[in-house]
Amino acid sequence: MPVEVILPKVDMDMATGRISRWHVEEGAAVEKGDLLFEIETDKAAMEIDAPAGGIVGDISGKEGVDIPVGQAVAWIYAEGEATPSSPLAGEVPAKRAEGGGGDRVPTSEEGARPSPPPPVQPPTAAVHPPRKGEGKGVRASPLARRIAKEAGIDLAAVSGSGPRGRVVKADVEAAISGGAAKAPAARAPEAPAPKPMSDEQVLRLFEEGSYELVPHDGMRKTIARRLVEAKSTIPHFYLTLDCEIDALLALRKQLNAAAPMVKTEDGEKPAYKLSVNDFIIKAMALALMAVPDANASWTESAMVKHKHADVGVAVAIPGGLITPIVRRAEAKTLSAISNEMKDLATRARNRKLKPEEYQGGTTAVSNLGMYGIKDFAAVINPPHATILAVGAGEERAVVKDGEIKPATIMSVTLSTDHRAVDGALGAELLSAFKRLVENPFGMLV
Amino acid sequence: MATRASAGAAEAGANLPFLYRHHDKDALKEALYKMHLIRLFEEGAEESYMRGLIHGTMHLSIGQEASAVGICLPLTDDDQITSTHRGHGHSIAKGADVARMFAEFFGKTTGYCRGRGGSMHIADVSKGNLGANGIVGGGIPIAVGAALSAKQLKNCKVVVCFFGDGANNEGAFHEALNMAAIWKLPVVFVCENNQYGMSTSAERSTAVKDIAERAAAYSMPGVIVNGNVLSDVAEASHQAVQRARAGEGPTLIESKTYRYRGHSKSDRNRYRTKDEIEDWMTNRDPIALYEAELKALGIFGQDEIDVVRAAAAKEIAAGIEFAKESPSPETTDLEQYVYTEPA
Amino acid sequence: MVARLRELSYAQAIQEAMALAMEADERVFLMGEDIGVYGGAFQVTGDLVNRFGEERVMDTPISELGGAGVAVGAAVTGMRPIFEFQFSDFATLAMEQIVNQAAKMRFMLGGAVSVPVVMRFPAGSGTGAAAQHSQSLEAWLGHVPGLKVIQPATPHDAKGMLLAAIEDPDPVMIFEHKLLYKMKGSVPEGHYTVPIGKAEIRREGRYLTVVATSIMVHKALEAAKALEGEGIDVEVVDLRTVRPMDRETVIDSVKKTSRLLTVYEGVKTLGIGAEVSAMIAESDAFDFLDAPIVRLGGAETPIPYNPELERATVPQVPDIVAAARDLVRGAR
Repeated sequence: MPVEVILPKVDMDMATGRISRWHVEEGAAVEKGDLLFEIETDKAAMEIDAPAGGIVGDISGKEGVDIPVGQAVAWIYAEGEATPSSPLAGEVPAKRAEGGGGDRVPTSEEGARPSPPPPVQPPTAAVHPPRKGEGKGVRASPLARRIAKEAGIDLAAVSGSGPRGRVVKADVEAAISGGAAKAPAARAPEAPAPKPMSDEQVLRLFEEGSYELVPHDGMRKTIARRLVEAKSTIPHFYLTLDCEIDALLALRKQLNAAAPMVKTEDGEKPAYKLSVNDFIIKAMALALMAVPDANASWTESAMVKHKHADVGVAVAIPGGLITPIVRRAEAKTLSAISNEMKDLATRARNRKLKPEEYQGGTTAVSNLGMYGIKDFAAVINPPHATILAVGAGEERAVVKDGEIKPATIMSVTLSTDHRAVDGALGAELLSAFKRLVENPFGMLV
Repeated sequence: MATRASAGAAEAGANLPFLYRHHDKDALKEALYKMHLIRLFEEGAEESYMRGLIHGTMHLSIGQEASAVGICLPLTDDDQITSTHRGHGHSIAKGADVARMFAEFFGKTTGYCRGRGGSMHIADVSKGNLGANGIVGGGIPIAVGAALSAKQLKNCKVVVCFFGDGANNEGAFHEALNMAAIWKLPVVFVCENNQYGMSTSAERSTAVKDIAERAAAYSMPGVIVNGNVLSDVAEASHQAVQRARAGEGPTLIESKTYRYRGHSKSDRNRYRTKDEIEDWMTNRDPIALYEAELKALGIFGQDEIDVVRAAAAKEIAAGIEFAKESPSPETTDLEQYVYTEPA
Repeated sequence: MVARLRELSYAQAIQEAMALAMEADERVFLMGEDIGVYGGAFQVTGDLVNRFGEERVMDTPISELGGAGVAVGAAVTGMRPIFEFQFSDFATLAMEQIVNQAAKMRFMLGGAVSVPVVMRFPAGSGTGAAAQHSQSLEAWLGHVPGLKVIQPATPHDAKGMLLAAIEDPDPVMIFEHKLLYKMKGSVPEGHYTVPIGKAEIRREGRYLTVVATSIMVHKALEAAKALEGEGIDVEVVDLRTVRPMDRETVIDSVKKTSRLLTVYEGVKTLGIGAEVSAMIAESDAFDFLDAPIVRLGGAETPIPYNPELERATVPQVPDIVAAARDLVRGAR
């Protein structure tokens, strides 16, 4: 019996993977354990070894295309076993050049990841601009093929929900509408669902030559997928209030001025330099401790109540963003938080974060104050139940005791997952945060 | 065609063989003409086959002309026959036009079967021929069915069922003869025993010495005739047809004869000797026997016989020309005649 | 004019069709073994012999080959015989006449004759009659150009299709499932025909086309009903005619539902389901398939005697339910 070589799941949040490079050709003799191919996932490159010795045949997994986890990409035949007869035989090696040099393949160490892993989810149908000749070796029903052809969808980029990964009509329709492919329990009556424009429809709106197509890398696809998922599955609820931060700014100035000098490779430097965001991280952590019901994660079966405040901080990096986590921020000093953040942000920009440094967390902070943004609402990163969007601190006229006075005001908006954090609970959390920010000495004790 | 004894024949006296007592000179000439026509047709077909003008194979009945013509002598155009794979002679004896027969052999649209049947299914249905048959014994139950129709429709038709010595060992023969007998159907079973079922002699294949003995099993008369003597055949046929028409039921006639040629075009004649064939051709040829009798009785001279033969040869030559010039069917019409076209 | 409907059994419906045809046309007569005073092995001819006499309700000797040939000969020469085989299995005895003669005579003679013979075949398993009296050989005859092969599934169709068969100029073979003979259904009085070569949609559905023949139509309908509760909406097409097959109805149905299950009692391999499947695969309905085509046919075995084994040999309602569910749920 020939042994199936599948595209293995090598990462917990992995629905599809791309073969970045085959190391063997159709008909090659391999020993068990020999390197067969490399996979590029959202954030890592993995080497996949032969599950058995024999002759490699029926290579159907093409380089550079998304392949659902578990799909056969090749077969290993015993000596003398029926010769592989895939119509693709011979085609794959010729195509190698196309996929090999394309996307940058990160190593597992430098795998980049914008957010913690989501709960187990159905495979996501990804859509690519069609490439001629693709989809031939894909297991798909005739109907799926026809619809895909008409819609200009590359079947190789669609995850199949049918037996043995077969792409069926529902998968292609999901791919067209950008949604997840689901097996038809009994197919829903075909109510006209809103569908986003197909790639072809989008491109048709622009003059040819007036744009260039940049293929998505793993991070971009992960961001897109996770944000669609978060926005479409989490009932977001928003609370906004203003914090007066003059006291905080004064305290920051005082503390920074008092920082002792330490020797480093680059010469003498202050031991810390606190940013406003460091205070916000600390305040958010302490607020969660004060309102522990809001320090939660939603699961279908139970509420996950966290004992520590692990605060994710959104960091913009070239090509995307990532959210490293300050663990147990409630117990850390401002200077510790500050130094840890600097280190995390630097390594994030170099895509050198380890998965455990960006996976998980109980809340997140996103600060766009440095761009002068006054107020915005952020999208929750599951499994968090809250995220705090922080605007710029600016001088505004405020009325105090009947008089108009200037004050530095920072608007913050808390997004809550209403399944876990109700409006009042969110309001309680946000007012606890405001109290801490406006009375910053509380954060020192 | 079937006539009473003519004045001319009566002169020869009451001891004359049956044929000459019951048929006038014209009928006798017509019978001679048909015998020649059959032989020349078979020879013309054989030659055309060798020239590559005919496709497939064929089963020639040269040597059996008296059997075909003699049996059909008492039949009207309304009477019906079923025939066999060796059926060219039956077809001509029952009145078919040789030109359309050649056209069929040549696979042309003007052929009796429009090029769909060929030699093995040749028939002019309008003359009461329900078809030659590629299956040994295949026509026997069909003949009984036709006779059943005649009985139920009370149209006085008689059905003659030709088959060979090989068919008498088929189950269909026994089933059909039994039914014809129990229902007293107007059918005449004619076994043309030409001695060999392909290569196997009747002696080796058949438990009874004479196939006519089988008739006893179905309570019908079994008659043995010399199939190469036209008058004997005609007499047996006459009596059997009369009996059938009178509603007295079927008869089995065994017409003992001989085929000169092999079973089909691929026969190498390994099962019989050249001497045997030579003996039949020289001493028992049905046409030669009939011509000798006609001359001996002073009915026709050699000149008249030559004229008859020449006329037959002319018809054959014209028939072959007609066939050659006829159009072939279109392949787009391939599925025609499978089902009855909606009116 | 609206014909009055009564409840008749399938066997009664056939008998009524034969009686009507014999009353209307002197040329129509019946032949078969023990169809006279005995009334036929399944009492289909019943007491017709009393009404029409022995000349028109003819008992034949036990001579299937000869009998079939006699019917063919009578048909070619102006009669309209209806030949009853006691069991469809006995078609094997008469294959020569059916396949070489009846089917081909018109063609071999270049259209010079027609063969308006009707042959009736009590078919199918379920009666404990074992291997030589339970077969479903309709696909055998369906393979022969020149024949028409029909399988009415209801008393209404049995009468209407038999009348159509009697009026048809070509040989028509009717396979009647023995278990259907006692089934009752409403049948119009008087003369009407149900066309040969037209399938009938017995139940409309959205997710799966079940093409069934004969008794399997009823099993498929039962299965479809059982699947309703699961939201699986099944279309059941009664093929009715094996040859010539109604391509249009089947293809249109599959284009609508995207899935095809064929259910038939004859042996699965090289059977009617194979033909229907291939027809879909070759047609433009192929591009509408969203799942593999599935066949449910008879097991690759002669029909056994033991009742449990016998039931297991042919598709039953739970088999159809399971196959349909798997197909629609995407498990196949």
